[in-house]
Amino acid sequence: MAVLSVKDIKKTFNHENVVLDGIDLTVEKGDVVAILGPSGGGKTTLLRCINFLETADDGTIEFDNNIYSFKDITKKEIANIRKNTAFVFQNYNLFLNKTALENVTEGLIIARGMDKKEAISKGKKMLEKVGLLDRCDYYPNQLSGGQQQRVAIARALATDPEIIYFDEPTSALDPELTGEVLSVMRQLADEGMTMIVVTHELGFAKMCANHVMFMENGKVVESADSKEFFENPKSDRTKAFIKAISTK
Amino acid sequence: MDARLLDILIQSFPKILLPGIMVTIPLTVLAFAIGLVIAVVTALICFAEVPILKWIARFYIWVIRGTPLLVQLFVVFYGLPSVGILIEPFPCAVMVFAINEGAYAAETLRGTLEAVPHGQLEAGLCVGMSWWQIMRRIVLPQAFRTAFPALGNELISMVKDTSLAANITVTEMFMKTQRIVAVYYEPLALYIEVGIVYLLFSTVLSYFERYGEKRLATYGKR
Repeated sequence: MAVLSVKDIKKTFNHENVVLDGIDLTVEKGDVVAILGPSGGGKTTLLRCINFLETADDGTIEFDNNIYSFKDITKKEIANIRKNTAFVFQNYNLFLNKTALENVTEGLIIARGMDKKEAISKGKKMLEKVGLLDRCDYYPNQLSGGQQQRVAIARALATDPEIIYFDEPTSALDPELTGEVLSVMRQLADEGMTMIVVTHELGFAKMCANHVMFMENGKVVESADSKEFFENPKSDRTKAFIKAISTK
Repeated sequence: MDARLLDILIQSFPKILLPGIMVTIPLTVLAFAIGLVIAVVTALICFAEVPILKWIARFYIWVIRGTPLLVQLFVVFYGLPSVGILIEPFPCAVMVFAINEGAYAAETLRGTLEAVPHGQLEAGLCVGMSWWQIMRRIVLPQAFRTAFPALGNELISMVKDTSLAANITVTEMFMKTQRIVAVYYEPLALYIEVGIVYLLFSTVLSYFERYGEKRLATYGKR
C-alpha cells in the first residue's frame, strides 16, 4: 500500500527558475527512498513541497488514500497531513528555548493534547532510542551537532509518523558525528520505518535504501531499485555521478 | 549651605517622594505594561505581515515615533475635548504613554522576532503545531529574552518622561517640585533634589534589570 504518492509536481521560483519539472514519486509502506543528485537539483525543494513548507505550483499528492491538488489544498488538510508526517532538517532546527526532552514532547502536548506524564514517558523512550536519555535536560546549545540531530530524530519519531522526511540530515556534521546519526537512521530502516532521505551519503543509500531516485535540474534522471541503481545504472549521467562521488 | 536651605530640602524630600511613589511609579508601571501588550500585538502583525493590519501598524509606528510625546499629550488632553472627548489627567497620561511606548517597543520586538532562527518555525509546523502555538511557546519567549536589555532601557526612559505629565495637570513628582519652588524660590537646590529622586528610581530599576537579566533563562548559552 502506498503511503505517499506524488504526481507531476511542479515548482518555479520567481516565474523563471524551474526547480521541479514534473516529478513523480511513490513510497510504499516500509520503503526507504534515497534521493541523490547534485546541489541545486531540486531534492530539498521536493521534500519541502511535499510537506508544504514551499507551495508547489502544480501536481497532486495522495496521502492516506486521499488525493489533494497542491494548488487548492486547504490549511486544515495540510495540518492533518503534517500531523502524520515528520521532517528532519539539515540544520536540526531544534527549539532553542526548550530542553532535549521538551523538544520531543512539545508536539505531543501542545499540538496533540497528549497527557503531560504520558508525553514525558514517551519522550524519554524516544531519547533512549537515539542514545540520549542522559541528555534529557540539556538545551540544544549544550549538545554537539550529532546529538542535536539525534534529538531532532527523536522529536520526529515521537509523533508516530507514517513517514519521515530527512533533508540532508548529515550535511552539517563532520564525518565522526555523521556516523552516529546514520546509525540511528539505519536502525529505523531496519525497524521498517518509511522514510524519504535526501542525502549525499552514498554508503547509506546503498546499505539502507531499497529505492534510489537521482535528480538533476528539477527532473528525475533515474529512479530504480537500490541494487539496480548502483550495480547497473542506465543513464550516463548517473554513472558519472556515482563514479565522481565514490572516488571522493 | 545655610540652615534654612537645608531645612527646605529636608522638608521637601517626602513631599517630592510621595507623588513619586503614588503617581510616577504607578503611571510608569501601568503605561509600560499596557504599552508592552500593544507592542506584542503590533510586532506580531508586522512580523506575520497580516494584510491591511500591517499597514495600520506601520502607520501607527510612523506617526507615534515621528511626533513629540509632549505634542501627543497636548492633542489628547487639550485637543480632544473640543470634539467632545474628555479624559481625566491620570488615565490620559497612562493612555498616551502606553501608546507611545507601544510604538517603540513594537519595533524592538519586531527586530528580535526576526532574529529568532526561522527554521524553528518550520520545525514547529512539521510537528503539527499551529502558527500561534509556535509564536507563544517558541518564538516570543526567545524574542523577549533578546529584547530584555532594550526594553529595560525604554522602561528607565519612561520613568523620566513621566515628568511631561506635569504639563497636563498630573501632580507627579516634577509638578510637586515646581509648586515647592514657587513657595520658597530655591530653584537650583530643589530641581537638583527632584533630579536625584529620579536618579534613585532609575538606579533601582537598572538594578532590577540587571538582576532579571541574570536570572532569565539563557537556554544553555553562557
